[in-house]
Amino acid sequence: MSTVTILTMDAPYESANSTTALRIVDAAIRKGHNVNVFAYEGAVSYSVTTQKPHQNPVKGTSVEEERHPNTKDWVAALLSAAQAKGVKLDWVRCGLCEDERGAFEQVPGTRRGSPADFVKQIASSDNVLVIPTK
Amino acid sequence: MSKYLLIESRDSFEFADVGYFYDLAEGLAREGHGVTLFLVQNGVLPARPSARSERLARLSESGVAVLADEFSLQERGIPAASLAKGVRSAGIDRVVDLLADGSTRAVWH
Repeated sequence: MSTVTILTMDAPYESANSTTALRIVDAAIRKGHNVNVFAYEGAVSYSVTTQKPHQNPVKGTSVEEERHPNTKDWVAALLSAAQAKGVKLDWVRCGLCEDERGAFEQVPGTRRGSPADFVKQIASSDNVLVIPTK
Repeated sequence: MSKYLLIESRDSFEFADVGYFYDLAEGLAREGHGVTLFLVQNGVLPARPSARSERLARLSESGVAVLADEFSLQERGIPAASLAKGVRSAGIDRVVDLLADGSTRAVWH
């Protein structure tokens, strides 16, 4: 079992980076590794609980038919998956970044922190992947 | 010898600096390092046989393991069975395996 730290910066729904970051976290958990996530800048919004799925008026589909995925549900699912697998998922949100964005209602199980926590995550990791914005 | 994981997320048709990332991969391989170039998101577009594919073939010939993310290929309708020369499809698990070995340096572009 290894510990991998992922820093992600993109806001959700903005670039495919979000999806790929979540896929890497998912794969690492499935393989039995501990994962640290540092959600920096716009990425603090991955776990905002007030996100809502929407219908698609162009296609004429309802909320239920559209099944629009919200990142808050992915984060919660990853936390559950880690618990079920017996590995640690330490999801830290940059506090200054969420203050700037008013992103205060957050998925339980994630925690508020600062870049100093990212340094600690690095120190306790076997490897680090930084996924920057373009 | 060190090991490097270079993750290319950008389309070489859209971003000219992708070529510099390829150069980095090739340079590291020529110096004897173990290099994996993992194409993901729009980074897989040159894996479809095209005018930009020859560069990926050359990277492979220089010793770089050129992999294209299965999920990204599927999203873009690029059949894994007909990739450009030198490119192989791989799951995101491969990224996790390299990160988890603790000795591979990872760079995202």
